[in-house]
Amino acid sequence: MRSLSVIWAVFVKDLRVEWRSRETLAPMCVFGLLVVFLFNFAFETAHEETLRLLPGLLWIAFAFSGILAFNRSFAAERENACLEGMLLAPIDPSAIFVGKLLANLVFLGVTEAVIVFASAVWYNFSFLPSLGAFALILFFGTLGYVALGTIFGGVAANTRMREVMLPVLQFPVAFWVLILGTDATSDALRGAARGDVARGVFRVAGVSLIFAVVSFLLFEYVLEE
Amino acid sequence: MPADAASARPILELRGVSKYFGDLVALRRVELRVEPGDAVLLYGPNGAGKTTLLRTLAALSRPTEGEVLFNGEDIHRHAGLSKARVGFVSHATFLYGELTGRENLRFAGTLFGLDDLERRIDHALDLFAVRERASEPVRGLSRGLQQRVSLARAFLHDPDFLLLDEPFTGLDAASVKGLEAILGRLPGEGKAIIFSNHDFEQGVALARRLVALEGGRVRYDGPLSLAPLESLRITAGSKPRG
Repeated sequence: MRSLSVIWAVFVKDLRVEWRSRETLAPMCVFGLLVVFLFNFAFETAHEETLRLLPGLLWIAFAFSGILAFNRSFAAERENACLEGMLLAPIDPSAIFVGKLLANLVFLGVTEAVIVFASAVWYNFSFLPSLGAFALILFFGTLGYVALGTIFGGVAANTRMREVMLPVLQFPVAFWVLILGTDATSDALRGAARGDVARGVFRVAGVSLIFAVVSFLLFEYVLEE
Repeated sequence: MPADAASARPILELRGVSKYFGDLVALRRVELRVEPGDAVLLYGPNGAGKTTLLRTLAALSRPTEGEVLFNGEDIHRHAGLSKARVGFVSHATFLYGELTGRENLRFAGTLFGLDDLERRIDHALDLFAVRERASEPVRGLSRGLQQRVSLARAFLHDPDFLLLDEPFTGLDAASVKGLEAILGRLPGEGKAIIFSNHDFEQGVALARRLVALEGGRVRYDGPLSLAPLESLRITAGSKPRG
């Protein structure tokens, strides 16, 4: 029960800090919208072309917006050694991981909603026919990506070139989530057979849950000095 | 059979502790035992290992060799036992700038699993005379006020051991006197204070025991009144060389 209250306290604290500073969500949304907006000019927005390019474009926008969130998440903890302040308490460090993961999920989830909405408008594309499958793929893919971002954010926070180190560390591992997410999104959006879509969802969910569990177990070792 | 940590007289100790950061040896085979009622001044030149020693006692830093024990139990295997009884004050404040002083303390109190939290927060803020400014974001407070909120945070869970790394830094004269009065009372109340201070005279007023560090080694550990100050190259009013 105590771990749950710690998780909740860390989660609420991150949301409150972001609400007052507005240093994470706004840049994430702007960056994601910029990616989608610029690609709108680079490609013909005929339906077939859109179907071909949109899945990859969306996951690129999500991936790079997410990096902003993960860097910022631990930047706030580095100021005044706040992460160490949390470690002075008799808590399971994994509770810190879960609290920050939940907060990062909210930030990236909101950003994804904004990006998807903008894509629907700019590319004149409707996500409604495949909304259920698309939402599941998005949820599990984001969960896996955010889990990796949270733990690698903690690793990179203690390095000198942390803004560069985070994507260098994270992308080779997160590659699997991004590729599977893109693939599954493509199947869902072009209305592929139910079995193919379901397989895509299970693959994304499976890989993401593995990454989430491993990140949860390893996080306390990341924080050790 | 180890003593029940919740009820026994708590003892914090380092046994043969060494800490390396790559090739840099921060602590070398340090032996230290601290009990309630101790008032220990940790003194030494810059780079002597004072901060590393305090961080090791606070379980923020794992020793490369040796053990850190709380009532005979390794604090890294049973971190909850020692952390609930130890308070740590550092150069960093551990405060979130966007949160108010009160919110920071409420967050810390939740992490420590404290009951009757609002009363404890009020008491801690009153102890350091910072209650009036506790509803303002910490970012807008002066360094001295932030340090006082940070001290309130360290006292919130009523620790048996208080570890303080240069606690007077950034405080005005009135706040220094206030903190000296608080720290001076603690050993008589059965608490232990271990603090580092670059001003030897200021430290002497509070401490009964001196631990002199140099190059990561303990050069002296004993009553302040018996310390061979000349051989330790400590003179009254001195700041450490190096």
